[in-house]
Amino acid sequence: METYNLTAHELNEKLVKKEITCTEITTDILARIEEVEGTLNSFISIEKERALSTAREVDRLIARGEKVCDLTGIPVAIKDNICTEGVKTTCASRMLENYIPGYDATVIKKLKSCNYIMVGKANMDEFAMGSSNESSYFGLVKNPWDVARVPGGSSGGPAASVAAGEAICALGTDTGGSIRQPASLCGVVGFKPTYGMVSRYGAVAFASSLDQIGPITKDVEDCASMLNVICGYDKKDSTSINMDAPDYKSFLIQDIKGLKIGVPEELMVEGIAPEVKEKVLYVIKLAEDMGAKVEKISIPGLEHALSVYCIISSSEASSNLARFDGVRYGYRNTEAQTLREMYRKTRTEGFGDEVKRRIIIGTYCLSAGYYGAYYEKARKVRTLIINDLKRAFNKFDVLLSPTSPTTAFRIGEKIEDPLTMYLSDICVLPANIAGLPAVSIPAGLSGEGLPIGVQIIGNTLREDNVLKVAYSLEKAIGFDKKPGL
Amino acid sequence: MERENKYEAVIGLETHVELSTVTKMFCGCRLSFGEEKNKFTCPVCLGHPGSLPVTNWKAVEYAIKIALALNCKINKYTIFHRKNYFYPDMAKNYQISQYDMPLSSSGYLDVDMGDYTRRVGITRVHMEEDTGKLIHTGVTGRISESEATIVDYNRSGTPLIEIVTEPDIRSPEEAREYLIALRNLILFLDVSDCSMEEGSLRCDANVSIRERNSSKIGTKTEIKNLNSFKFLQKGLEYEIKRQIKVVESGDRVIQQTRHYDSRTGTTKAMRSKEEAQDYRYFPEPDLVPICLKDETIEGIRKTIPELPLAKARRLEEKYGLPAEDSRFLANNREIADYFEECCRYYDKPKNIANWIMGDFSALLNKERITIKESRITPGDMCKMLEMVDKGKISSRMAKSVFEEMFTTGKGPEKIIAERGLEQVSDESILESIIDEVIKENPGPVEQFREGKEKAMSFLIGQVMAKTKGKANPQLANEIMRKKID
Ligand SMILES: [Zn+2]
Repeated sequence: METYNLTAHELNEKLVKKEITCTEITTDILARIEEVEGTLNSFISIEKERALSTAREVDRLIARGEKVCDLTGIPVAIKDNICTEGVKTTCASRMLENYIPGYDATVIKKLKSCNYIMVGKANMDEFAMGSSNESSYFGLVKNPWDVARVPGGSSGGPAASVAAGEAICALGTDTGGSIRQPASLCGVVGFKPTYGMVSRYGAVAFASSLDQIGPITKDVEDCASMLNVICGYDKKDSTSINMDAPDYKSFLIQDIKGLKIGVPEELMVEGIAPEVKEKVLYVIKLAEDMGAKVEKISIPGLEHALSVYCIISSSEASSNLARFDGVRYGYRNTEAQTLREMYRKTRTEGFGDEVKRRIIIGTYCLSAGYYGAYYEKARKVRTLIINDLKRAFNKFDVLLSPTSPTTAFRIGEKIEDPLTMYLSDICVLPANIAGLPAVSIPAGLSGEGLPIGVQIIGNTLREDNVLKVAYSLEKAIGFDKKPGL
Repeated sequence: MERENKYEAVIGLETHVELSTVTKMFCGCRLSFGEEKNKFTCPVCLGHPGSLPVTNWKAVEYAIKIALALNCKINKYTIFHRKNYFYPDMAKNYQISQYDMPLSSSGYLDVDMGDYTRRVGITRVHMEEDTGKLIHTGVTGRISESEATIVDYNRSGTPLIEIVTEPDIRSPEEAREYLIALRNLILFLDVSDCSMEEGSLRCDANVSIRERNSSKIGTKTEIKNLNSFKFLQKGLEYEIKRQIKVVESGDRVIQQTRHYDSRTGTTKAMRSKEEAQDYRYFPEPDLVPICLKDETIEGIRKTIPELPLAKARRLEEKYGLPAEDSRFLANNREIADYFEECCRYYDKPKNIANWIMGDFSALLNKERITIKESRITPGDMCKMLEMVDKGKISSRMAKSVFEEMFTTGKGPEKIIAERGLEQVSDESILESIIDEVIKENPGPVEQFREGKEKAMSFLIGQVMAKTKGKANPQLANEIMRKKID
């Protein structure tokens, strides 16, 4: 049985009805990985034995009649920058090639408590820096819809694995669209919750004030199930919001009548491929047909989103990545004769180009004499963008835009041109800058048969609106294509 | 001397104090005291990827207590910054510290200089985390002669506060008295053990010279490694003389960091590379701002005990002690408490003060223990004083009894009984012994009658010999004179 094409809720139903065992599901997934992984390279490590033994345990547990929750026995891919006790967590970097964390990230603890199956650690851009998954030390990931193209990034592995049936769901991290952009390019659902709703404890930091963990799934319902498990206050993360998470599945309502949807002009003009624009307009039409009120809105601050993002994320990254120095763990150059030389050689050899580029930019932005012109100014403009967005939410329940200006681009197409690469994140950055919840759902395929995603952004902690709109549109769009891999 | 009188020193001190909380500043690890290396560590204080800091509220409370005792203004909105620099004792290669929004500012400490009081302005009191310790292997422990360096992260993350003064200190003696007063104050607050040997109290100095009565400030040097009261004074004395020599010879003082070498008593410039540091401070994105309510601050204020200066004044007034005595007693909370406890049992405060300041302090210093650790209870101490008053033992005997009380912890009666030391004050016993002496020594008796005072000493000596030194000499004298006359 090709169970790998099913969703988590479909599998859950079968598990509960005892129509299938967890071992069967897991075996199926592992076979699928065997089949396509040579082409895709979605994983950095595959936890075959661990997955199978957990699956057998889950089967025993179900046989004993113990409680089965939505994710019990569901094979999940974990992005390789989320710490897993006893399992290599490399951040797709030579620097952490052999790093085995001594602890589980809070999200992993939560997933373990529902007896999920970890199939492996998914490939990504090195330290989550990139939009194409081409900066991984462990090789690039290919898009399951067209293997000559990138899957997007930085969560390219998680998105590709879910799209190709190598995992049912995945956990990614989203600093500047790193969940939503690859989800869009791979034709799956990717959700970034409100900043502070998911504990960052155990997610290797790229840019602390922007990073957020979130799910990548085949549909919106699975997305809500994942949110139900991973969201909630964690005293180990000072920036986590001290409140009980709601039942996200209760927002899966097919009714957006009277709901006000804003379409930011700034995210609809420059560089948006005609086909993408067309698809967004089609989705807008669907929303209107369901009784939503759709209007254009101008949010001028968004023009500066990319500059603000570049400065803040690089600055924080330059400090967050300082700990990788060869002293305590990770890669170390052993030929160096002095401390300074060890630092220099270790970091020169341990980091890839994109990571080094951002460390240099960030170090520069924080330097005495430049701090005011760059980092401090970026923080101020960030506040302005947040205020602009807040104002927009006075008028609208959600904002709607393309997720990515284009469909998946060709491997190698943008890697030599960082600025164009950064521009592919233009639509997804505002949600990180303002800490807002946002989702990308598939809206259909392009003429070339490549997925196009639309993004729905909600106000702070208004996951309810985001899920409601996403769920309703998903039903209306009826996207049911699978990559022909 | 003439030359040196022409100038005055302008000194500011930066003092670091490790707080004696149960756990570290940003993680749950216990503070350690020289245990097995790297035993008290976790992903947070080892700077492992994915770990996040959580502020220890107790440390904030302790810091506020110190700031309030130093008459500082508490800033109700305060944030942490990252101070970025690479060094192996820094687990993250940045230190979580405070920068332009410190916990408190604008305070002062009055330092009693005997004939005048120096008010030293406190620029700020802020919070930060301590680093680990580098241990250079090899016999000498010096970096240049070691084969390897080991890092012990037990100390990493220990709560630390930094107290920065205004350049109000005018001499090495004032600097020393300031540091002593500061240490006493913090010991009173019971928030640190302030041990300079253990490194829980560390001091750096900024010093410059200028012509006396001038208001301009000269170029300063920073002196490091002033790790005892003596070294602080000696180091400053050396550095001031050095600067005067430089200026007098027509040169200019260079702004630099200098290291005090306690073996030679000199300061040496440190490598200039380490001076031009750009710490690239920026707000710590992993922590949320600390917002303090008035009630919280006032609540902490209420826990501050009577401080040395106020205590000295009170002891002087209440017990009629000389100013010098009350200052001595008030400078140490334990000693002051001990003194006041004694005053409950015995009504001659000056007597108690004399013993504490004299024999008792000498013994405590010799054994390097505190008064609280000594085995003499205030009750026993007072019993002994009373026995002297009542003539049961002589003052001379009291000294040796006190010493035995100190070493054995036995009560004074017990010691006197065991040693048979009790003075013979029973008149009937003394009379019969004196009768014997008169009978046996007709010559000296006759000499005394002829007016030779010296003969009396001889006769009393005989009485002492017969009683093995236990006769009450005053009483014996009286009886002897009566009988001979
Ligand atoms: Zn720790």
